Amino acid sequence: MKSNGENIKLVARDLNLHYGDHQALQDINIEVYKNKITALIGPSGCGKSTFLRCINRMNDLIEIVKVDGDVVIDGKNIYDKDVDEVAVRKRVGMVFQQPNPFPKSIYENVVYAPLKHSMVKKGPESDELVEVSLKAAGLWNEVKDKLNSPGTSLSGGQQQRLCIARAVAVKPDVILMDEPTSALDPISTQVIEELMLSLKERFTIVIVTHNMQQAHRIADYTAHFHLGKLIEYDTTSNIFDKPGNSVTRDYIGGLFG
Amino acid sequence: MNNNPFNDPGLAKRHRGAWLFKLYTKISIVFTLAFLSFFIFDMVRTAWPALWQTYVQVEVSYTAQSVKVTRKAIDRKYSKIVSRAWLRTIPQQVKDKPELLGTTQLRWVLADDQVDQYMKSHHHNLKSKQIKIVDDLVSKNKIKLDWNDIFLSNGDSKIPEYAGIQSAIVGSVLTLLVTMSIAFPLGVMTAVYLEEFARDNYFTRFVEVNINNLAAIPSILFGLLGLSVFINLFGLPRSSPLVGGMTLALMTLPIIIVSARAALRSVPDSIRQAGYGLGLTKQDIVKDQVLPVAMPGILTGSIIGLAHAMGETAPLIIIGMIAFIPDSPGSIMEAATVLPAQIYTWAGMPERAYVEKTAAGIIVILLILISLNATAIYLRKKYEIKW
Repeated sequence: MKSNGENIKLVARDLNLHYGDHQALQDINIEVYKNKITALIGPSGCGKSTFLRCINRMNDLIEIVKVDGDVVIDGKNIYDKDVDEVAVRKRVGMVFQQPNPFPKSIYENVVYAPLKHSMVKKGPESDELVEVSLKAAGLWNEVKDKLNSPGTSLSGGQQQRLCIARAVAVKPDVILMDEPTSALDPISTQVIEELMLSLKERFTIVIVTHNMQQAHRIADYTAHFHLGKLIEYDTTSNIFDKPGNSVTRDYIGGLFG
Repeated sequence: MNNNPFNDPGLAKRHRGAWLFKLYTKISIVFTLAFLSFFIFDMVRTAWPALWQTYVQVEVSYTAQSVKVTRKAIDRKYSKIVSRAWLRTIPQQVKDKPELLGTTQLRWVLADDQVDQYMKSHHHNLKSKQIKIVDDLVSKNKIKLDWNDIFLSNGDSKIPEYAGIQSAIVGSVLTLLVTMSIAFPLGVMTAVYLEEFARDNYFTRFVEVNINNLAAIPSILFGLLGLSVFINLFGLPRSSPLVGGMTLALMTLPIIIVSARAALRSVPDSIRQAGYGLGLTKQDIVKDQVLPVAMPGILTGSIIGLAHAMGETAPLIIIGMIAFIPDSPGSIMEAATVLPAQIYTWAGMPERAYVEKTAAGIIVILLILISLNATAIYLRKKYEIKW
């Protein structure tokens, strides 16, 4: 695949990851494009979520994990000694499989991290950020009258959009989404998919999904992981219409997975 | 009959078994309630008379002589009727109100404990002469049972009618304040370290096992530790709430640590993940997200630990908090006693009057424990975060 340096946001080079003795990722090389949605697909245990968590160094939280290789974002390897993983996670936001709002009000959910990062001050600045972020997540109209009720009082789909608003509020460059709709009903899923399409104007999005149709619908690029290896990476249309790899063909055709 | 497709001959026996099982559980609860209500009923019944104290109306002459030899202040025949402890207050009364000197006043004064016991129809050892005097007072309405405010306003005394629980309450409060201000921060911080920061290695597992074992150590050993470390090594004053509180803090620490760890562990990990995903530091996450969720559980555990410490006697006996303390301690460095130790002391007294005081002391300690537990429930309900 030919690469266009201008539009590349993130590059993984010879990335290997071990859980103790078990190798979970093997020589991953991938270039993720700016302002595009890249879907990571593959059967359970293939390493796609593990790879996703390499991009914001969430794997560092697990003691037995050892990462070799580079993940370069905007020209800097985030695994360099002089990079603080907390700073990485501020630039690379994350949305999880289960909606996980903080046990606080909707307002505080959105504004807590920006306040900690000293991006805004309490008062009107915070109010504005909350409004902008909730609007970006398409949640503003539903919650504007109950910003002080607990985030957990919302429905599952609304909670997930609150989590997206919370991630957006920190103004990251990249948003990682780990099966963000797998716990949601089809209607909420559709809302979130539309949301992702609108968010890619401002963010680079990497999404892990088990849902082939979802990858097909929203992703610009699709990467297929299998047994810890990246076996095929191409535009979504190429992957789905003319997969080059027989394993990919079988997986997409529903032969296993 | 046999065309019933649900017919299962073995079922009747199983149902009988289930019925029996249920019966056993019911019998157990009946026994438990019976023991409990018997205990409480007996305590209240025994403690009830302690709410009242006998007073007699006699003439008290405040003279220069009676200030020196106080028994001269009253008629000689009343010398076994009026409380010795009350007579001892005469010099102080005159000092507070000098105009009393040279007057004779008809006053209601505290009666001797034997008179009190006689009035309450308990066992007494009044002589027939004295009984006659008391009966005479009764017929003249010069003797009465009145609300016993001495019990709550006085410290311990060797004169039963003058003995109260105030110094023990103050001692308990001071001791528990010391206990809590040491055990709560130490316990919570230890739990936070072990749950949130510690890596899982041999050292932390060793620490964990030891903390769990600490919770099972007989409390009297903590007393010995307190004696040898705080008193003998550090030279802190014995019998003081400071040493008692520190000793009880050692004992309460494992309870707080274990319950705080359980509370922290029950906070879903997804909250921490969410925090990391936003670029928050561990401190932000623990302090602002995890601890508030765990706090009701931590508080509940701490209050239970506090209640535990409050009822503890054995370690305090070792460090000398069992001593006879008539005055409330003014600071944590002064000698003091605590409620359970006071109850223990009274329980060993020969005079009949101390029986009701012992029971009343038990009621006081039970009331405090109940209100502590009620506070724990209230805090848990109030700050519980619903998902």
